[in-house]
Amino acid sequence: MTDTTQKATVKAAPGAAPAAPVPAPAPRRTRVWRGVTPWLFLIAPLALLITFTYAPIANMLAYSFTDWDGVSPELHYTGVENYTEIFTREDLFRVFFVSGYYLAASAVQIVAALYFATILSFNLRFRNFFKGVLFFPYLINGVAIGFVFLYFFQDGGTLDSVLSLFGVHTDHAWLGTPVSANTSLAGVSIWRYLGLNFVLFLGAIQSIPGELYEAAELDGANRWHQFRYIIAPGIKPVLTLTVILSISGSLSAFEIPYIMTGGATGTETFVIQTLNLAFRFNKTGLASAAAVVLLLIILLVTWVQRRLVPDDKVDLA
Amino acid sequence: MNRRHILAIAVSAALLVPGCTGTGGTSKGADAKAPDDPSKVTGTIKVLTQRTDLVTDGTMKKYAAEFNKTYPKVKVEFEALTNYETEVKIRMNTENYGDVLLIPAVIKKDDYPRFFASLGTEAERSKKYLFTDYTTVDGKVYGQSPIGVIPGFLYNKRVWQEAGVTDWPATPAEFLTDLKAIKSRTDAVPYYTNFAAQWPLSQWTQVNGSVSCDPQASTKLAESDPWAEGADLRVGDKLLYDTVHEGLIEKDPTTTNWEESKPRLAKGELATQWLGTWAIVQFQDAARQAGTSPDDIGFMPFPSKVDGKFCAVMAPDYNQAVNVHSKNKPAARAWIDWFTDKSGYDKDNLAISPLKDAPLPEVLKPYEDEGVKLIELDDSAGAKVKQIDNQSEVGIYAPEYRQNLVDLARGAKKGSLDDFFADLSKRWTQTQQTLGS
Repeated sequence: MTDTTQKATVKAAPGAAPAAPVPAPAPRRTRVWRGVTPWLFLIAPLALLITFTYAPIANMLAYSFTDWDGVSPELHYTGVENYTEIFTREDLFRVFFVSGYYLAASAVQIVAALYFATILSFNLRFRNFFKGVLFFPYLINGVAIGFVFLYFFQDGGTLDSVLSLFGVHTDHAWLGTPVSANTSLAGVSIWRYLGLNFVLFLGAIQSIPGELYEAAELDGANRWHQFRYIIAPGIKPVLTLTVILSISGSLSAFEIPYIMTGGATGTETFVIQTLNLAFRFNKTGLASAAAVVLLLIILLVTWVQRRLVPDDKVDLA
Repeated sequence: MNRRHILAIAVSAALLVPGCTGTGGTSKGADAKAPDDPSKVTGTIKVLTQRTDLVTDGTMKKYAAEFNKTYPKVKVEFEALTNYETEVKIRMNTENYGDVLLIPAVIKKDDYPRFFASLGTEAERSKKYLFTDYTTVDGKVYGQSPIGVIPGFLYNKRVWQEAGVTDWPATPAEFLTDLKAIKSRTDAVPYYTNFAAQWPLSQWTQVNGSVSCDPQASTKLAESDPWAEGADLRVGDKLLYDTVHEGLIEKDPTTTNWEESKPRLAKGELATQWLGTWAIVQFQDAARQAGTSPDDIGFMPFPSKVDGKFCAVMAPDYNQAVNVHSKNKPAARAWIDWFTDKSGYDKDNLAISPLKDAPLPEVLKPYEDEGVKLIELDDSAGAKVKQIDNQSEVGIYAPEYRQNLVDLARGAKKGSLDDFFADLSKRWTQTQQTLGS
C-alpha cells in the first residue's frame, strides 16, 4: 500500500556553509571517529526507515511480479503480467476521473488557504482565534471526520437543517448521485486540509522580514501590491510544495470516500480500488502492481512539476 | 530522490526480496484427534473469534467456565478480532494464529490441510453433523460450524398486518404488491436496504437455492450463468431492483445506519429487511430496549414456491478449525467438540443446531407450521465458485455489484437492467471458460 497520509515537510532553506579555515590535519584515530560518528547517530533512524519504509516497498515490488493471493503458501512468478493487465484494462484507470474532483477541490483549497493566510498575517483582531479555527479540522482524525460528515449529509441531517434555517428546503440526497457525492466528498476534503495549507503559508509569510512591508508602505504600495510583489514571491517554495502534495493527495484520496461511501455511487478512487483488489478479490499481486503504478505516477507528476517550476532560492533582499 | 536513497532501496531490495514470500508452513496433513479422557487433557488454548461483543460482555468466559467443568486442566483464552477476515489473513502468514480459529473465506479449500488439522473423515462425521462438506478436502473434514443459519426476510408483523397482509407472499410479484400496500396504508418504510453498511446487500447472494429449491444450486453457480433468465441470483436481484425502482425503500439509501435500523424495525418505522435467522436475536433485543414487543419481529422465506412449498437453505456460519501448528491439538479439538455439541451456543443465538437430530429452534415454529422445506446445499463446487468470483471480480459475496444495482434502480446510475445482467453474465461465463480450459 502506498502511504496516504500527507507528510508536510518544510524544507529548511539550504544556507550556504561558510568556508571554514582549513584546520591542521587531525590524528588518524580522530579522523576515523569523525567519519564514523555521524553514522552511529544515523543507525536508529536508518534502521527504522529501512524496516518500515523501504523493506515493505521492496516486498511490494516483489509481490507485484507474482500472482500471490495474500495468504496461500504458493505463489508463482508471472513477470510483467500484472502490469500489462493494469495498462490494458480501462476500467482500472477510469477511477482517476474521480481524482479530478479532488484536484479541483485542492485548487480551491490552495486559493482559500492563501487568502486566509495573507489576511491573518496582517494585524487583525482575534487573529489567533481565527488561526485556531482554521487549523482545528486538520487535527481531527480522518475516520472521525468521515462519520461526522456522514451525519452532516444525511437526509434531514445537519446540512439540511442549517439550510432550512435560511428558508432553503432542498430534498437533495447529497451523496445520492455520482456528481453530487463526489462534490460533497471533495468539499469535506477541503474542510479537512485547508488548515494544513493555511499554516504552511502563514509560516512562510511570517518569515518575510517586517521591514519590507514598512518600506513598501512608504513607497505607497497597497495591500494587493504587497501581496503581489512581496508575499507571493516570498512563499514560492512552499507554494510549490503544496501543489505537489495536493496533486499526490488527489490521486491517492482514500480515507474520506472510504469511510463515507465505501466507494459506492461512483466515488471509488484508485486507492479504494487497489484495496478491494487486494482484500476483496485476493489479487495481492495485481494490487501491489497497482500501488507501484500509483507511486510511479506521483513521482512522475512531481518530476514534471519540478522541471516546470524549478525550486530556485528566494531572494527578497 | 538523491543518490543515497537509491542506494538504500537497492540494498534493502537485495536483502529482503528472497525472504519475503508468504510461507505458512509445510507440516501438511496433521490430525486433531478427540481426547479419550477429558480429565487428562492439559494445555492453554487460544480461541480466535469475530464475536467482539461476546468477549467484551463476558459471555465467552462463561462458556469457558462451563467447558472447564468437563475439561478441568485446559485453560481457554479468547481473542476477538474486530475486522476478522482481514486481520486473520495477515496472521496466517505466520504460524501463530491461535489454536482454534474460524476458517476465513479467503483460504482456498485446497490449502486447508496446510493450515488446519483434520477433525476426521467425512464419512464418519456426516452421520452426526450438518455442513461437513463445506470443509471437506479429499474425504477429510477440517472445520465445523457451531450454528446453522437460514437467510430470510425479517419483518415487523404489526406493520404487515396493518397493511392487511396476513399470508407470506408466494411470488416476487406478490411481495411487491404487499410492500406497496405497506407504503400506502402505513407510515412505515416498506423495505430498508442498509445500503451504506454494505454487507446487508451482499446477503442477497444467499437467495441462491431458496428460489429453485435445488440442493445443487452452488454447482449451478460454478457451471452455468447465474444471471440467465430464471436463475436464482437473477430472480433475487430482480426483486431487489424492482423494490428499489418502485420507490419502496428508504428515501436516501446512501446514509443508512445499521445499528439504528434494529430499533426502527422493532418500532415499526421500517417494515422489512433481507437478513437471516442470526439477526432475529439482535432485533428482539433492540425491541426490548425500545420498549416494544419482541414478538413483533417476524421471519419469512424468499417469496418463491416449488411444488406448493416454500424453501429455505440451511448454511453454516463460520467454521471452527484447529491450527495445524497448534501444540495443544487435543485440547483445541475438545473445545470445538464441546462448543458444537454441548455449549448451548446455538440456542443462545436462536440458531439451528449443527447436530443432525436436533429439533428446530422456537423462532422457526412458523416455518414448521407452514411446511417450509429445509434443504442443505451441496458445497463440493464451493471452491470453484469462489475462484470464478475472484478471478472475474464480480464479487457475489461483496457489496459493490448490488450497490451498483441499487444505484441503477434508483436512477443514480445510467443504464438498463438487462445490460447490467448481461455484463455480469459475460464476465462470469468468460471466466468460467478461461478457468475451464
